[in-house]
Amino acid sequence: MARKISYKQAINEALDLEMRRDPTVIVLGEDIVGGAGAPGELDAWGGVLGVTKGLHAKHGNRLMDTPLSESAYIGAAIGAAACGMRPVAELMFLDFMGVCFDQILNQAAKFKYMFGGKAKTPVVIRAMVGAGFRAAAQHSQMLTPLFTHVPGLKVVCPSNAYDAKGLLIQSIRDDDPVIFCEHKALYGSEADVPEESYAIPFGEANIVREGKDVTIVSYGLTVHRALDAAEKLAKTGVQAEVIDLRTLSPIDWDTVIESVENTGRLVVVDEANPRCSIAGDVAAHVAQNAFGALKAAPQMVTAPHTPVPFSPVLEDLYIPSADAIAAAVTKTTARALAA
Amino acid sequence: MTNNPFPLSKDELLAAYRTMRTIRDFEERLHVEFAKGDIPGFVHLYAGEEACAAGIMMHLTDIDRIASTHRGHGHCIAKGVDVHEMMAEIYGKSTGACRGKGGSMHIADLSKGMMGANGILGAGAPLICGAGLAAKFRGDGGVGITFFGDGASNQGTVLESMNLAAIWNLPVIFVVENNGYAESTSVEYATAVDSYVDRAAGFGLPGVTVDGTDFFAVHEAAGEVIRRAREGGGPALLECKTIRFFGHFEGDAQTYKAKGENDYNRENRDCLRIFANRVTSAGAVSEAEISLVDREVAALIDAAVESAKGAPLPSPRELLTDVYVAY
Repeated sequence: MARKISYKQAINEALDLEMRRDPTVIVLGEDIVGGAGAPGELDAWGGVLGVTKGLHAKHGNRLMDTPLSESAYIGAAIGAAACGMRPVAELMFLDFMGVCFDQILNQAAKFKYMFGGKAKTPVVIRAMVGAGFRAAAQHSQMLTPLFTHVPGLKVVCPSNAYDAKGLLIQSIRDDDPVIFCEHKALYGSEADVPEESYAIPFGEANIVREGKDVTIVSYGLTVHRALDAAEKLAKTGVQAEVIDLRTLSPIDWDTVIESVENTGRLVVVDEANPRCSIAGDVAAHVAQNAFGALKAAPQMVTAPHTPVPFSPVLEDLYIPSADAIAAAVTKTTARALAA
Repeated sequence: MTNNPFPLSKDELLAAYRTMRTIRDFEERLHVEFAKGDIPGFVHLYAGEEACAAGIMMHLTDIDRIASTHRGHGHCIAKGVDVHEMMAEIYGKSTGACRGKGGSMHIADLSKGMMGANGILGAGAPLICGAGLAAKFRGDGGVGITFFGDGASNQGTVLESMNLAAIWNLPVIFVVENNGYAESTSVEYATAVDSYVDRAAGFGLPGVTVDGTDFFAVHEAAGEVIRRAREGGGPALLECKTIRFFGHFEGDAQTYKAKGENDYNRENRDCLRIFANRVTSAGAVSEAEISLVDREVAALIDAAVESAKGAPLPSPRELLTDVYVAY
């Protein structure tokens, strides 16, 4: 039965259900229990933002607080996965990949191929992504393109509570290493989420709004900005179709191409920096594979090529806005309107 | 067994010798074959360090995991990886241990508990903590051994992992194969402590240093720390002071070594000679029995090289397979 719960609760529920289902699922990370060895309460935090709160009471030592040693514990999660466990490691902020990237890039991502297909590494690395928290340059980045670039990794970034639950369950059951990106600005957002367990397959984009004039492709927080833009555009008579990619690796090219073939116009919205981004990737793929369908040049709406600024007035400018998305749509329709 | 003063049976002594001889011949032969230009990429030879791999791995079974290094052939052989498959892998052939997709630096056989040679120095330490964690959750009594050199001993991953293993009381052994050189840089220059036992102490770990050219010293010390870890006593560090007969990689002119250093070591500090002299002079094993192993190993290596050379190359479709389990 569905009821409204938050994105954060949905993640908690997915972890709980999978830990109940499969004894090889373990969860480790910094402060994911909170208070380990301290004189006060155990499960004091349940993660820095409380995502794993309450799981320790249900699953005991299958949740482990780690020292602040990202290389060691992310690597340990990967090693345990290669030895038959299904660890879910929380990296807290994806920005911290900088201190443990070798274990992800050169170990987890490579084992299967490098060992001639004889290894599998079913590890999930959960981490917060994205701006909007006034957390500045080292706690706010959308680093998804760095991971989608790497063969062997899967990259997931849900935009709502329903997807968060189903995609995390799929991530844990998946036999390949998964980078599970949780947008911190979405933790409080609610959706109808079934109580029971369900898995959302990877590589299946979600058409969150149908339209015939332009295709807007996005993922994560900016799906909501795209929907806001589509709402505004509808008032001007432009019907935008909005596609939520949900998973960036694998990526659902078919849904994107099919939509562009119907609309003839593409706007890609990506909270990542623009160079070598998801936006650039999608625009290039469409240009190469659906050029004949395009009535205008694809547009990219991204963060600027800058670090994430601290001051709220600057940070608000940094994240792609509904107005910027609407303006990009207008660019793709301008020629048609003028003609 | 009256004339066997060793803590191993005659069969075990011969098995240890066979392991070391197989590693030595494998590496000496690669040295020759590489110079001919038939082997792609680069190889890092383990010759001179055989007593470390053999002395440690004799205490392990397939449920025990090891994480190896770029200099991993010896660890593979001692852990039971098939010599033919290893040789074919080094030649880039489809019959290789990794079907030609890994090469010398990435030979692995998870069914034997061999989690891979590794081209990234110090990367095995976190991975083996995971192996130890898995063994602990399963309660199967398995242990994990990570090997690294004096060079990689200064990687943060190794230091972080020693702390993690200590606080979680993991069944993990950190083995420093200290051959004195991080590529071309000496351990005296690059490592601030005189003894790795001191470094282990900094992480609350027991540590022991042994002469890595003495199989029996390695075997005894490894036996103690492995037994302790298996019984829940937690991690430890084992430093084996050893010798690298060849360069960092094949083709290394080794001008950073002292003049005559390699010759001196081969003459006086060869772990195989030391072992053979000890067991034969004690009368535990005859010279004829040693010679028989030598001949059998020579034949095995000949056959492995021959079959590797004649083995098929990977088919072009192999480029695209094995990236994911499912995508």
